Amino acid sequence: MKLVVCVEQVPDTETRVRIAASGNSISEADVQSWIVSPYDEFAIEEALRIKDAKGGEVVVVSVGPERALAALRTGLAMGADSAIHVKDAAFEASDTLGTARALAAAIRTLGAVDLVLCGQQGVGGDHCQIPGMLAELLDLPQVTVAVKIEIGDGQAIVEREIEGARETWTTPLPALISAQKGLNEPRYAALKGIMAAKKKPLQVLDAAALGLDAKALAPRVRITRLELPPPRRPVRMIEGDAGAQAKELVRVLHEEAKVI
Amino acid sequence: MALILTFAEARDGRLRRASLEAVSEARRLAGPLGASVETVVVGPGSEALAGELSAHGADRVRVFDDQALAAYATESYARALAQAIADTKPSVVLVPFTAMGKDLAPRVAARVGAGLASDCVALEVKDGRLVARRPMYGGKAYATVEWAGEPQMATLRPNVFPLRTPDASRPVEVVRASVDASARARVTATTATAQGRLPLTEAQIIVSGGRGLKGPENFHLVESLAEALGAAVGASRAVVDAGWVDHQLQVGQTGRTVSPSLYVACGISGAIQHLAGMSSSKCIVAINKDPDAPIFKVADYGVQGDLFEILPKLTEAAKAHRASRA
Repeated sequence: MKLVVCVEQVPDTETRVRIAASGNSISEADVQSWIVSPYDEFAIEEALRIKDAKGGEVVVVSVGPERALAALRTGLAMGADSAIHVKDAAFEASDTLGTARALAAAIRTLGAVDLVLCGQQGVGGDHCQIPGMLAELLDLPQVTVAVKIEIGDGQAIVEREIEGARETWTTPLPALISAQKGLNEPRYAALKGIMAAKKKPLQVLDAAALGLDAKALAPRVRITRLELPPPRRPVRMIEGDAGAQAKELVRVLHEEAKVI
Repeated sequence: MALILTFAEARDGRLRRASLEAVSEARRLAGPLGASVETVVVGPGSEALAGELSAHGADRVRVFDDQALAAYATESYARALAQAIADTKPSVVLVPFTAMGKDLAPRVAARVGAGLASDCVALEVKDGRLVARRPMYGGKAYATVEWAGEPQMATLRPNVFPLRTPDASRPVEVVRASVDASARARVTATTATAQGRLPLTEAQIIVSGGRGLKGPENFHLVESLAEALGAAVGASRAVVDAGWVDHQLQVGQTGRTVSPSLYVACGISGAIQHLAGMSSSKCIVAINKDPDAPIFKVADYGVQGDLFEILPKLTEAAKAHRASRA
């Protein structure tokens, strides 16, 4: 099987976000460490498990600046066979649809693929848009927020979560599936994998190579301002023994905050 | 006249609350945009829902009332919404950011070439254009978003936009539409996972437990308090990763981002990725034995003490409060 995994490099979830001088993005200089978006790790792990069971190859693809190379190296070190780094200044000013178009164009260069896997959400932008957009652009059926995937003969049986229920979907392959926490437990890249990753094929493609012009990448949505959440008022400590604290808390929640 | 199109999610012939929130918000925006409001509903029994949607602010309801569309499928529902967009040329499209809306909206946006802003928590009109506010980095930052071109498409976080008081005297205009119901990926089974439990993203009150509970055998203290308050149950990443509870309960940057009226954090110290996911709650209560725990920095009310003493007493007090109001 030919498996493609889309990965995004994002700030570590422990990052304390600071706003850049431009006022419409985070300050990248204040990000101490960049990681593979956690949901994308589930996608990589799932692709590797499917490859282990069914044979085939795993290609990791990322759209991002130079630093995104580290995310691709992580994917290769975990066990992916090759990587495509889609890198162009033109992508940085684009939006999710532009990113999805870049990913779609890069995946098309691979010829026939059996399965495209993504994380259900890029941790940071939190758009949850790439999987659905990419499936549309590649004309693939989609199953998003998957917590279980079984690959059968020419089809996949996928469990996904909705509010208060779990759905089982059946989709023919090729298809696009997005990964949710709970799908698997991602492996750590071992030293041997990290060494091997350096020798694996890595292709770099820019907008021109993918036939994407300024019109295709023109953002339809843009951030005009990014700000930290408004500060919350100082805490009011409820004093007394446990019984008194409990009674007083219920009183203030009812009478002052009016939330119960 | 400009048009705001909303997508209403119906499951088993019932509208989700978030669908009515989207219609209510569309009605509010209709004034400054000088627009009318049309709502799309898909599935058998859709036509019967037109009255409720009209009462909440829809001027017109476009129904795809077809038994073949009974189960949600991305491709057939996307075809219906994309067709409605092509037929009505709306300047704004609003979709609830529910499991269904989250799956549907990006596919439709890519098909019609629309800009999409996800998980919006506020919308306003500036110079005849939509401006949205949405959390990023799990709520560590808030973005102001504007669109180039139309339609301006947004998904709305459930539980944030207020419901209008329904006005049953509003006229009901129904447009019947149909679409090819075929889809490659299909639902073959649905199993309820949280019977009688509220989904976190829709709950008005959430009681969450963390490592301060010491072990999974004590998590019932959180569940009892939640029951007494009529609340949903949440958890920190630490206890989800430790396997105490299902990951569906995780609140935080790699779990659910929530904005209930009341969030009660029990034995949660307040790692930055947890705070990101809940600090937009209207009222936050922190119960923790460590007075220096970061959770107290975002809390409105703090209770310092032993969870094992306080939680049962609080459950008792909450029950008594409920009984006195019943």
